[in-house]
This record gives sequence, structure tokens and C-alpha cells, in this order.
Amino acid sequence: MLEDLTLKLEKALKKVTGQVRLNEENISDSLREIRRVLLDADVNYKVAKKFIDNVKEKALGKEVLVSVTPGQLITKIIYDELTQLMGGQSSELGLNPSGPTVILMVGLQGSGKTTFSAKLARYLSERKRKPLLTAADIYRPAAIEQLKQLGSKINVPVFTIDGSKDAVKIAKDSVAYAKENGLDTIIIDTAGRLHVDDNLMNEVASIKETVKPTEILFIVDSMTGQDAVNSAKAFHDRVDFDGVVLTKLDGDTRGGCALSIKAVVEKPIKFASLGEKLDSIEVFYPERMASRILGKGDVVSLVEKAQQQFDEKETEDLEQKLLANKFDFEDFLKQIKMIKKMGSLKSLLGMVPGMSSAIKDADVDDNQLIKVESIIQSMTRDERTNPKVLNGSRRKRIARGSGNTIQEVNRLIKQFGEMQKMMKRFNSKSGRKMLGNMKNFRYN
Amino acid sequence: MKLFKNINFDKLKDGLDKTREKIVNRISETVSGKANIDEATLEELEEILITSDIGLETAMEVIETTRIALKREQDRSKLNVLEVIQNELASALDRYSEGPIDKIEIEKFKPYVILIVGVNGAGKTTTVGKLAYNFKQSGLKVVIGSADTFRAAANEQLEIWAQRAGVEIVQKESGSDPSAVAFDTLNVAKRTNADIVLIDTAGRLHTKNNLMEELKKIRKVLGKVVENAPHDTFLVVDGNTGQNALIQAREFEKFTDLTGLIVTKLDGTAKGGVIFQICAEQKVPVRYIGVGEKIDDLQDFDSKKYVKALFELQ
Ligand SMILES: Nc1nc2c(ncn2[C@@H]2O[C@H](COP(=O)(O)OP(=O)(O)O)[C@@H](O)[C@H]2O)c(=O)[nH]1
Ligand SMILES: [Mg+2]
Repeated sequence: MLEDLTLKLEKALKKVTGQVRLNEENISDSLREIRRVLLDADVNYKVAKKFIDNVKEKALGKEVLVSVTPGQLITKIIYDELTQLMGGQSSELGLNPSGPTVILMVGLQGSGKTTFSAKLARYLSERKRKPLLTAADIYRPAAIEQLKQLGSKINVPVFTIDGSKDAVKIAKDSVAYAKENGLDTIIIDTAGRLHVDDNLMNEVASIKETVKPTEILFIVDSMTGQDAVNSAKAFHDRVDFDGVVLTKLDGDTRGGCALSIKAVVEKPIKFASLGEKLDSIEVFYPERMASRILGKGDVVSLVEKAQQQFDEKETEDLEQKLLANKFDFEDFLKQIKMIKKMGSLKSLLGMVPGMSSAIKDADVDDNQLIKVESIIQSMTRDERTNPKVLNGSRRKRIARGSGNTIQEVNRLIKQFGEMQKMMKRFNSKSGRKMLGNMKNFRYN
Repeated sequence: MKLFKNINFDKLKDGLDKTREKIVNRISETVSGKANIDEATLEELEEILITSDIGLETAMEVIETTRIALKREQDRSKLNVLEVIQNELASALDRYSEGPIDKIEIEKFKPYVILIVGVNGAGKTTTVGKLAYNFKQSGLKVVIGSADTFRAAANEQLEIWAQRAGVEIVQKESGSDPSAVAFDTLNVAKRTNADIVLIDTAGRLHTKNNLMEELKKIRKVLGKVVENAPHDTFLVVDGNTGQNALIQAREFEKFTDLTGLIVTKLDGTAKGGVIFQICAEQKVPVRYIGVGEKIDDLQDFDSKKYVKALFELQ
């Protein structure tokens, strides 16, 4: 299995640390690692090559700042480039504000068009649109029946012509049907087809000609490998789609095909589809995808956020205190304030790799943070720097002053004591190593 | 940092499929002794392999083998490099091969039970239809069980395939316990003296633990009704899938004890090269390939033909 990219890069770049400029020789190892990571993530061979050549060009001659290692610098450059290439911003679905909107779904077999059609219908009806689902997959056994069942589940009407062998006519008639019935958004599900199948490609092209869609979406299985460039390009050449939908992202695929497709067709990825339930649809976030391809969670954005907000000097002081075992409630308060500046605790934790799924449903309570803050604020300066003096009557006073129960105050003081104990361990040999890692993590 | 702004990806687009042509020419040239195979050619070889989804590591191994073969053979005119590579690749796929399921085997276990598993949209149901048809054509009595009780209209889809193949189908209403369908199917098969049973299952991502556990349960139930069933468990892999297929195989193996792979959609331009890694890692053979949506678009897997196709332009 893959090691984390950062770890690999760190390993590759160990010997570079301390040098001031990146050069051809000292980055070659890490570029090789990056290439491996991209190929393992299914980024197309040529796309990866081009990408790396460019990162290299960019990185050469770069001065390595004191606060970052070359590995970190390169990670950042790669991440930025990747995000850039993935489309920078998320991109909206094109909807006709007045008059009917026609959305046409195209893609290979088994990519998830039918399920996604239903999801999109549900999504749009929640946004005050009146969708109609059109079942125009006349080939796959029971495909029409599948859409009918999905439609009834979400209370969206489904149009088809039973027994028809003419997908173009079904599409055309559905638009008329929508008009007659006051439906403003027609979502046309089509049969899966291979890009090398001329007959079927002609069919989808004539559906396009006939209904003149507002929006054509190319639906791709996010587990697709190297060939994504070929199918995406063929569909693009034939029907010039407007956007891409990545499906089955609830699995563990790294989704490198997203990068490949972007590189060859220059069309935004608009939605992510993440499960078999009909509400598992999300607007696509390019930067999340960039991290996913690199296998890093959203570490980089965490790092960026942290960098903006953390006062370098303050952090260094904190480190000193940690090392000297002098971390007190005063420092704790500072930390809480910093975290608050950076956004909610949950969103912050969500950016840590592996955390986002773990805490998805967990109740990370930001109020808890506010509570802690209020308790510390009710302490005197002396109490904060010297928690030992916190006897019963002081605790009672703090509880009253902060509007909390005495139990809550007790719990915080106990937890803080445990935290201090833990920090003492930092001063052992392995503890120092851990702290070193934390430091890396901070700047990363 | 707008690095990609000035990059001309157009060139990339045009070049995508040319490589195969070039390398075959270049490698053939070495055979006739006109030129030496050089690093650039090896790099193109790498490209062909990697764009077939064979994975970086496997590609490197093949290239290393080739390099060694080249070094060993002084007179390069005598060496058909392409053949060396292709033989190497084919034998990797043949290592765990067992050949097609034979009638004696089926007779022995009757009813011979095959469980079909895989992620969503891989081509399981279509493959069950094709398999049923093939077995029926070879004179066997087939029953299929519709244990996809989850996806909308899965029953209806398989029913149509059963009709096309002319075989019996056992199903329960949508939402039923798939193990119960499996149970019923085997009982029907026993009662009607069927030779072979195919169980279609719902698509599931290998990351969904509860769904994977469900497969375990289905297997257990099968084994209770017919001794040693399922006799085969085939993982259906979409030929378009990249490196994730390796993880799919790994996870499905944990829960179902795979005995073979079926690779679908090889009628497109995707090559399905990830099977090299899967075969090596899971020690299972590829049994069949899907090459279209028609009922007879299923072929026995032939490693030599397959490997040859890796180097052919579509
Ligand atoms: N071109 C092509 N399409 C296939 C092949 N096998 C299955 N399909 C199509 O892939 C889609 C999904 O197949 P299905 O059997 O429903 O997949 P399941 O979800 O795994 O049961 C359908 O549109 C099938 O017609 C194949 O070998 N070639
Ligand atoms: Mg199915």
C-alpha cells in the first residue's frame, strides 16, 4: 500500500534539508516519488509526465525558506498546481432561469448515470425546480424500469415511451411533455455507450441536436484508470459536454482520472456522487480532489489555514514552554483563541487525513471549547499560571463566575492535569521525536 | 501559480494512441537487426504498459526483464524482443490458470454453484446472463438466483437475461434478505436436478463493511444447502478500472475467497492491465472476458491473445 506522500517526500528529501536552493539533482528523488504517487492514483501516464515536468520547472532555483523543508515546499507547489489544474473553484450547474432547462447525461456503461439522474432530480426539486426524468436507455434490460422506480421513490415524474426503439424521439417528446405539464427541468438519462461505438455515439449526438440541452454532463466512474483520457476526449469531441460528474467517490479510489480528464477536455467537474442513497450528491470541490489524489486528506489546506492564523512567534514560545514543562492555563487559553480564529473545531479536525470519515457523524462540540474558554477566563492570572492553588472555594467561585457547574470546572482542571502529564512525556526521547513531527505538521 | 496556463495539452491529445504503433514498429525493427533497442524505446514500452493499467511496479519489472534479455543476447538480430515481453506477460497470467470449468467437475458437485460478486456497475448481471446462456448452450441445466434485492429493477433486469438465456430464475421481492434468495435458489436447483447455479449479487463497494459481511453470510447459507458451495466465486472487474481494482480484489478475497476474475468491457479501448497485479497477488486466474452487451459477448480468457492486444492499436 501507499505510504503517505509527505512521508515519502520527507525521506527522499532528507539529504536536501539545509541546502538553500532546489536544483535538478536534489529534487530528482522526490519528483520520482511524486510520479509514482500520481500513477498509483491512476493519473494518465502522459498527464502525469507533463505535470511533473512543470512542477520541476517551477521548483528549480526556488529558495528554501528557513521554516520549511524542501519536501514541504514541493508538496505545496504540487498541491497548488494540482488544485489549479482541477479547476480552482467549484463550478455551478447551468440552469435556465426562465424557460425549460434540459440536462443530458452521457457516459460509459455502468458509470452511474441512472442513479445520478435521480439524485440530481431530487437535488433540484429541493431547490425549487420542477424536474422531469426522461428514460431514454432503450438498450439495457430494465433500465427504464429502474428509473421509473427511482422516480417514484423521490416523487419525480418519469417520462418514457414504453416499447419504443427510438431514444431520440423519447428525448424530444419528453421536452414537450414537460412543457405541457409545467415541469421546468428535464433530466435525460441515456444508455451507457462505449466511445468507439459509432452507432451509439451517433445516437447521443442526435439527441443533442434534437433537444439542444442547456447542460450536458459526462458521468465517470471515479475508479477509472488510464483510459479515462480516451473516453472523455471521444465524448467531448462528439457532444462537447459542459461538465463532469465523478461517481462512486464513497469508495477508496484516489480518483486520478479526474486530473486526466481535466487535462484533456478542460471542462469543470461539477458534482461528486457518493453512494447508493439518493441524497448522496455533493457539489465538487477541486482542492479536496487534489488532496485525495495525493492521498493526504486536506492537510495542505489545514496547513495553509494554520499558517495564516498562527503567530509564528507565539507558537515558538509555546514550544519552548512545552519543552520546559511550563504549559499553563494561560497558554491553553491562547491556543483556544487560535483555534477559534481558524474556524470550527470540527471543520479543522475534518481536514486531518483519516479524521474526516472518523468524525463525520461524531459530535464535535464547539460549545465545549467556548465553555472551557469561559472557565479559564474566570480564573485569576495567578490561578492560570499556577493551577495548584485551585482549591474548593476558588473552584466554586470560578464556576459561578463562568456560569458553569462545579463539576465542569473540576473536570477541566483534572483533564488539564492529565494533559500536563502527557506533555511531560514529550520531554522524553520519543516525546521529542513526536514534537518534532508536530512541528513538521504545523508548517508542512 | 498558474503553471498549466500555457501548457499545450493538445499535443498530448493527439499523441495518446500513437505510441502503440510506434513501439511495435521500433521493436520489430530490432528483430530485423536494423536498429538497437534503446532507452527511448524502453520508455515507450513503459508507457504502453502503464497506460494499460498494469501499474508502475509491474511495468518496471517487465522492463527490467527485457533489459536483462537484451544484455544476454549479444546478437540482437536473433532476438524477437516483443516476443520475449509478450511471453513473459502471458506466462504471468497463466501461472494460476485452471482452464475452463469442465463438465466432469460440474457433474461431481452437482449442483455446481457459482457466486458472482463485484462493485456497482461492473457488469455482474450481464455476465450472469451470458454465463447462463453459455452453460445452457453446452447442454447443462441452469438456475440463476437474483440475490441483488437492493438496486431498483435489479430483479427485472436479471429476469430479462434469464428469458434470453432460456433458464430458470429464482427471485424474491425487492428488499428481501439476499441470503434467503440464495437459500431458495439452491433448493430449487436441487429439486429440479439442475447442474449449475449462478447467484447474482448486488454491487457493493469493498469499503462498505456491512455489505461485505452480507456476502459472507450468503456464502455460509450456500454451503449449508449444498456441500462446499459456492464452488466458485468470481469477481467481476470493469476493464476500465484502474489501480483500485487491486484493492477491490484484496477486499473481496477477504470476505469471499475468490477463485477467479471476469473482466468486462474489453470491447472498448481500456486494456484492463490491472489483472496482472491481481492475478499475482491473489493467485487467481482470469476466467472469462466480456466484450460487449450481447448474450454471446463472453469469451474464455486467452492470455496470449490478450497480451497481444495490449500492444495493438484499437
Ligand atoms: N460494452 C460492454 N458493456 C458491458 C459489458 N458488460 C456489462 N456491460 C454494461 O455495463 C452496464 C452495467 O452492467 P450490469 O450488468 O448492470 O452491472 P452490475 O451492476 O455489476 O450488475 C450495463 O449497461 C451493461 O450493459 C461488456 O462486456 N461490454
Ligand atoms: Mg446487477
